[in-house]
Amino acid sequence: MTKNGMGASVRRKEDYRFITGSGQYTDDINRPNQVYAYIVRSPVAHAHIRDLDISAAVATPGVVAVLTGADMAADEVGSLPCGWGINNKDGSPMFEPGHPPLAADTVHHVGDQIAVVIATSRAIAKDAAELVEVDYDELPVVAGLEAASADGAALVWPDAPGNVCFDWEIGDKAATDAAFEQATRVASIDVVNNRLIANAMEPRSAIGEYDSGKDEYTLYTTSQNPHVIRLLMGAFVLGIPEHKLRVIAPDVGGGFGSKIFHYAEEAIMTWASRKLKRPVKWTAERSESFISDAHGRDHISHAELAMDDDGMFLGLRVSTRANLGAYLSTFGPSVPTYLHATLLAGTYKTPAIYAEVKGMFTNTVPVDAYRGAGRPEASYLLERLVDRAAKVAGLDPIEIRRRNFIKPEDFPYQTPVALEYDTGDYEAAVEKALELSDYDNFESRKNASAERGKLRGIGISTYIEACGIAPSNVAGALGARAGLYEAGTVRVNPTGSVTVLTGSHSHGQGHETTFAQLVTEALGVDFDAVEIVHGDTGKVPFGMGTYGSRSAAVGGVALVNALEKIRTKAKKIAAHLLEASADDVEFKDGQLTVVGTDRSVGFGDVAMSAYVPHNYPLDELEPGLEETAFYDPKNFTFPAGCHICEVEIDPDTGVVQVVRFTAADDFGRVINPMIVEGQVHGGLTQGIGQALYENCVYDESGQLLSGSLMDYCLPKADNVPDFAVTTNVTPCTHNVLGVKGCGEAGAIGAPPAVINAVVNALAEFGIDDMPIPATPERVWQAIQAAK
Amino acid sequence: MYEFNYHRPASLDEAKQILAANAEAKIIAGGMTLLPTMKLRLAQPSDLVDLSAIDGLDAISDAGSAIDIGAMARHADVAHSEVVRSAIPALADLADAIGDAQVRNRGTLGGSIANSDPAADYPAAILALNATIRTDQREIAADDYFLGMFETALADDELVVAVSFPKPKKAAYAKFHNPASRYAIVGVMVAETDSGIRVAVTGAGACAFRASDFEAALTESFSADALGSVSIDSDDLNSDLHASAGYRAHLVRVMAVRAVKALGG
Ligand SMILES: Cc1cc2nc3c(=O)[nH]c(=O)nc-3n(C[C@H](O)[C@H](O)[C@H](O)COP(=O)(O)OP(=O)(O)OC[C@H]3O[C@@H](n4cnc5c(N)ncnc54)[C@H](O)[C@@H]3O)c2cc1C
Repeated sequence: MTKNGMGASVRRKEDYRFITGSGQYTDDINRPNQVYAYIVRSPVAHAHIRDLDISAAVATPGVVAVLTGADMAADEVGSLPCGWGINNKDGSPMFEPGHPPLAADTVHHVGDQIAVVIATSRAIAKDAAELVEVDYDELPVVAGLEAASADGAALVWPDAPGNVCFDWEIGDKAATDAAFEQATRVASIDVVNNRLIANAMEPRSAIGEYDSGKDEYTLYTTSQNPHVIRLLMGAFVLGIPEHKLRVIAPDVGGGFGSKIFHYAEEAIMTWASRKLKRPVKWTAERSESFISDAHGRDHISHAELAMDDDGMFLGLRVSTRANLGAYLSTFGPSVPTYLHATLLAGTYKTPAIYAEVKGMFTNTVPVDAYRGAGRPEASYLLERLVDRAAKVAGLDPIEIRRRNFIKPEDFPYQTPVALEYDTGDYEAAVEKALELSDYDNFESRKNASAERGKLRGIGISTYIEACGIAPSNVAGALGARAGLYEAGTVRVNPTGSVTVLTGSHSHGQGHETTFAQLVTEALGVDFDAVEIVHGDTGKVPFGMGTYGSRSAAVGGVALVNALEKIRTKAKKIAAHLLEASADDVEFKDGQLTVVGTDRSVGFGDVAMSAYVPHNYPLDELEPGLEETAFYDPKNFTFPAGCHICEVEIDPDTGVVQVVRFTAADDFGRVINPMIVEGQVHGGLTQGIGQALYENCVYDESGQLLSGSLMDYCLPKADNVPDFAVTTNVTPCTHNVLGVKGCGEAGAIGAPPAVINAVVNALAEFGIDDMPIPATPERVWQAIQAAK
Repeated sequence: MYEFNYHRPASLDEAKQILAANAEAKIIAGGMTLLPTMKLRLAQPSDLVDLSAIDGLDAISDAGSAIDIGAMARHADVAHSEVVRSAIPALADLADAIGDAQVRNRGTLGGSIANSDPAADYPAAILALNATIRTDQREIAADDYFLGMFETALADDELVVAVSFPKPKKAAYAKFHNPASRYAIVGVMVAETDSGIRVAVTGAGACAFRASDFEAALTESFSADALGSVSIDSDDLNSDLHASAGYRAHLVRVMAVRAVKALGG
């Protein structure tokens, strides 16, 4: 193994600056002559704005401007675009409401932007914002899926009857119905997938800056994908061509999906900076994040699984309602459809599947991708249902899974819901997890818990996910309005150090380390001689950013392809220097050698001669050593795994504590095991958070009750056990690295494992159902009801 | 936050003068409650009077039959005080379970009881241990101190100086925390004091209160079983996202039983 190359647990390069507080986040950046923005947001969930009086705010000393939706309309600012269109069952397109960055005359959720107050300090802007007077004519509110789908429900959008954005389906309905006709056993389940708020450590922030001399704009923003923001904001909202707009996403402190989307504040700051000819900065306060960052999940589903006498799955029928919020966030419609229903085959060979999904509007914050995005919802529904099915079939939960798994010899496996899995070994992951979790001795641990008055339960999930959405043409046919490739440039500098420009964006994933490992592996250059540049459209040629566990599987592969071009050219240069044929040159450990001889030249010398081409094949080769590759994957990658959770429940209070958690995941080949393990720990913690702690709650009037960290419960260190994690590798078959992606797996596999464990612990009461999050009161109430 | 003036007086007298001179002035102790309120613009003091430079206000001392704790003693000071731990371990434990490490390192006893958050922990100890609250003007008995939600017997211009906690024969505190904030959803302290068995409940109602039925039952027989037949009426209890009134009523008994069991009952 190359030192610090593929497979080495190298310590993270970026941690020095993060740990010493020298990271540069958007809010750390201050531009000359900068002013500060504060956004006036709606305190009500649905209202016409009868009157908006900004005069007192404008008159406040220090206030530079107060801008409203009317100013935006006058400047013909466009609507925030939706990046994925969904078609209804009848082929007609979904309903797409307009989404002005500053509300025109109606607000649709608490937190909707109404005006921006810009002043010479944050404090002045905030003081003046209180003087903006808004006269609201309140309209009826639908604050959740049940309210939105009730008969005669009020409408969020008059042109979307029944509050339906789309009514979509996938799979073969007739074949699935036929499977149910044949079935001798049927299991069914109703699940609510709780609404979540990502709460990245760093709140969102944006600085717009306009250079009137060059007529150029720069936007600094907390984004997971600056090129996508440049495209969406430039082309659809503000009408600025790419060459006049630079988007910089510097250090970003966590995203979990919530920083993928193009947000109103980015457009507002960029637009205002031109109006004022001054840089304009905005940073969200935590309470503001709660009502302006896109939320996640929020589904209600009914599902049925048809089986034969042996517990073999024959057909699966799923009906889901998904809350999209008041407006369509950038990728909102894709999450409950193509990222959810296509995963319903799970790890099983269910021959017929049919799913229908209704996307619905409510007077709440828009809902979009959050760690896992659609796949946790699918995995939760399916893995809970399979546990139910085990009971119906009288089988052990592990046995029913084994019987129905897609077997190693079945790959590539075409599911009935569009995806084709390339590879996997689900049984092997189960074996590893069973062993690592000491599954066989569960009974003795259960007895020990009982002696302490605790109920112990064990639960399993065998999830699958699809990462690195691709290929672009297929995604495009399904409604994606962007490409899904990635770009990478390798710039070998004259003295042999390497600068990598990647379209992937790191906001916690450690790319500066793992991508440098790929370079070290390919070129043999010292790990410390590699610099990874990302997050700046002015430096990086192009990119689609980081989400959906795509960085290694798409961005990493683009980089490796560019490295391969470098290797090829380096061999040609070396062949010239060594007076040999390029075919005879071997490139290993940073040395280029004529095979079978001791004639050799170092990679550094090759680099130097590429830039000082005195002894160089100028008629055959261009000078310089820099290559770019764009990589569009042939397929998704399909990480999968087995998670086993053990909980202890205090029957007197209903408190659930996760006491053991084991994850055996197949991420394909692993670049840096330490970083992967860290990603798994984070994902599991968020998955446990969804299962037991986190819950976004609105009241009937659309007020967010869980609007601060005092009430929205993020998991804390003492809520999770020491995790036992391991990997089981089946390399991805369609990318050169063999990697699959690891960022979301924990959040996908954990929730059903936890709830299956809770239900298992409560089996003695005959309890078979448990809402998430399984809060102490819910668990206690369930026990009371069963008694 | 609105603008305010900041003062850091070196004596109690000076603090009182500043407070007297500015009608909208407010004391700041640890700021763990006051600052968030100001950030949310729910409070708008003209002046903040920081008590942290006043000598001796954070003293913890053994006064023979009682432990005296200064208003500015931080929760962490109380939690780590040998004096407190050896005489009233339940009080040290209580302080050690408040919020998180940052809150314990800033928040103070005086601030906590002046604020009287219904979910605060100290009020349970004040009532169960029959403490005396010493202010710059008088002494207030525990039973006269808590009046309602965020409402105490303190006058507007009155400052908590110290609290005197009589040493109990035994005492234990059991807390069921809010998973998000770590405040008490229900906290119960059971103590055997010179004036008999006292059971104080925090978190459940508008302010901390004594559970007289529990006290009577435990006076008859100090055992967990004795609590089997008593219950608390949920009508006046708090209800929120995390716990309904009925669940809180149930938790009061569970926590009381745990405290009693911890005392060997
Ligand atoms: C995340 C978090 C978790 C928490 N968890 C808990 C918990 O589990 N249990 C718990 O009990 N508390 C908890 N708290 C509250 C914490 O204990 C506070 O510190 C305490 O309630 C207030 O103390 P303070 O010193 O910070 O007061 P400050 O915030 O400075 O002041 C609070 C109020 O008291 C007044 N005041 C302060 N000192 C005096 C005085 N000597 N005389 C008269 N008036 C005075 C102030 O004017 C103000 O009105 C939590 C707080 C936070 C932020």
